[in-house]
Amino acid sequence: MEQILANGVYLGSQYAMIALGLTLIFALMNVLNFAHGQMYVIGGFVTYTFYGQWGVPFVLALVMSCVTLAILGALIERYLFAPVIKGSAREESTMLLAAGIAFFLDAVILLVFGEKQRGVPKIVDGVFNYDFRLIMPYDRILICVLAILSIVAFIGLMQYTKTGRALRALAQDRTAAQLMGVNVDRYSMIGFALGAMLAGLVGGLLVTITGVNLGMGGPTSIKAFMMVMIGGAGVISGAIWGGIILGFMEAIGLAVLYQYGDITYLLIFVSLMIFLAIRPQGLMGKPWG
Amino acid sequence: MQRRTLFKAALTAVALTSFQATMAFAENPVLKIGFVGVTSGPAAAWGISNQRSMETRAAWINETGGYTIGDTTYDIEIVSFDDQKDPKRAIAGMEKMAQEGIHYVVGPNVDDGAAAVRPVAEANGIMYFPYAFPKSLYQAPASNAVLGMVANYQSGPAIYKHLMENEGVKTVAFIAANESDPLSQRDGGVEAAKALGLEVVSDNVTYQVDTTDFTPVLTPVMRSRPDLLVLSGVSPANAPQLIRSARELGFEGLISTETAQDAGVLAEGAGDLANGFISVGGASTPELASPMMNEFVDRYTKMFGEYNDESNTKVYALEYILETLKADPSAIDNVEAFQATMDSFEAPNPYMNGDAKLRYVGSTSFGQKRQVAVPLVVNVYQDGAFETLFVAEVD
Repeated sequence: MEQILANGVYLGSQYAMIALGLTLIFALMNVLNFAHGQMYVIGGFVTYTFYGQWGVPFVLALVMSCVTLAILGALIERYLFAPVIKGSAREESTMLLAAGIAFFLDAVILLVFGEKQRGVPKIVDGVFNYDFRLIMPYDRILICVLAILSIVAFIGLMQYTKTGRALRALAQDRTAAQLMGVNVDRYSMIGFALGAMLAGLVGGLLVTITGVNLGMGGPTSIKAFMMVMIGGAGVISGAIWGGIILGFMEAIGLAVLYQYGDITYLLIFVSLMIFLAIRPQGLMGKPWG
Repeated sequence: MQRRTLFKAALTAVALTSFQATMAFAENPVLKIGFVGVTSGPAAAWGISNQRSMETRAAWINETGGYTIGDTTYDIEIVSFDDQKDPKRAIAGMEKMAQEGIHYVVGPNVDDGAAAVRPVAEANGIMYFPYAFPKSLYQAPASNAVLGMVANYQSGPAIYKHLMENEGVKTVAFIAANESDPLSQRDGGVEAAKALGLEVVSDNVTYQVDTTDFTPVLTPVMRSRPDLLVLSGVSPANAPQLIRSARELGFEGLISTETAQDAGVLAEGAGDLANGFISVGGASTPELASPMMNEFVDRYTKMFGEYNDESNTKVYALEYILETLKADPSAIDNVEAFQATMDSFEAPNPYMNGDAKLRYVGSTSFGQKRQVAVPLVVNVYQDGAFETLFVAEVD
């Protein structure tokens, strides 16, 4: 039981971080960013390059991942999404654009970083072992703590800073925010950059545990969408709860159902379908959007 | 005026360059060899190492004057198609090869893709060299597929037997990704282990192919405390994470797989925790690699920046195709002639030291010679490099 709880907390915290960036972008711009997973992968590769290849301290490499993704996100918003949103009222235009960016980034990742799985040296050695009832490597514990601290910092930013208030205003009502003097274009770009930066941050954190490879982007996006759907699209607290719920479902399923083969995700998908049929707006989303 | 002159100069330069390139390329007739496999997505490493091996060898041949088959010397052109590990795309890829008049194709990389292209290949006179293990692809009445590597049901028993005799292994656990290739390899491995008298203590734990953290997945397997943990059909992306998680969970037994791996990936992903990991390799360990193999590795590295150890097994298919065509030039557009030649074909293996031969095998497993005789080299990873554990042959 201890192991299941520990695995659930660990998986839940990393999943919540992955989902946060996605739901932020959706809340601000009503954009389903299919390229979120690819941004996560780029974040992992940037940390890999700085920390794993060039020997830069891990924290600095993590900062480089955040900065790189923030710049990339800002550029994507300014030169791709903003013009499309202004020029087309159809939601599928941004969806197609996001899918196109995902394919493009996949190709860029292949060209720049190659096809191989990459990994970095462990940031902390050793394994916590409580009588074989609870086993958790110290680096996982550290990453879990860092992920939780990052989530807390993000919530603090959104609640208590001028930027956060502006972003929340944008998410609640774009037109009203504009009438209240919020520079919508500027804060849309900042919000997208922040969402991309979160993807880069979690990619950089997790490369120390999971490594990174070209093919991780698509599945990561799918998991992030699942969490967002569970929690409620566009709701920050919903993404966090969605991540935690998915993490615990996975940890419990893998521990309890292993003798039946790989049915954990089958049951998760079935549960999600039933749940969405009953509550399509997710746990914390509003029925009207 | 100046702008116009510049434009004319540029145009002339482009025209001259194109002409030179065309002349250089047109020195020899071109022999097209196809590749249909996965070069994008999570399993991209499998197909890309295939494609790059072929491109490296083709560039090498072309640079040294071409490849002589009968009275004609050809430049080799590799025509590639990314099937994205999707059987429908693999069919489209094989159809493209047929439209281009290609009769020899390497790939696909996985079971379902290889099975899907069979009707297209047989209808269009294409011999293809898949990296897929279902026996039905190579047993009569199937005729056009040639297994491009050693199958897990051939390497697995050899590895288990070696470990039983030399390491005292008595119990074994299997873990596989939840998709067709690894699951079928797991089932084959379980069958082989039981036949050898090993006790299988766990064989029903599987994982999603996109799993990134294997600690929760491996925890129940570790409780069974096997002497040997087999990572059935594990991809190079997942192997280091599985090894790392198993060791961190306190597993001290042996870990093996029947797929090819890359030492650099293991070093980065698992570090010293990967020491002792057993996998199937090719012929690039120092004691086995011939000067030609070493040159291949050098050229590959120069061309693509980094070598992939998986190419140790994937260097062979193109060589087999070309050497067989050399043995019977009439086979260049006649796969029946190619098939007839396969039965008696033999040539020196240029990638291995000693007197190893290129020849077709598979009579025991498939009832006909539909497999390339690549050496069954079993490697053990140690401190960033592979060492040869033992070498065997498949018939």
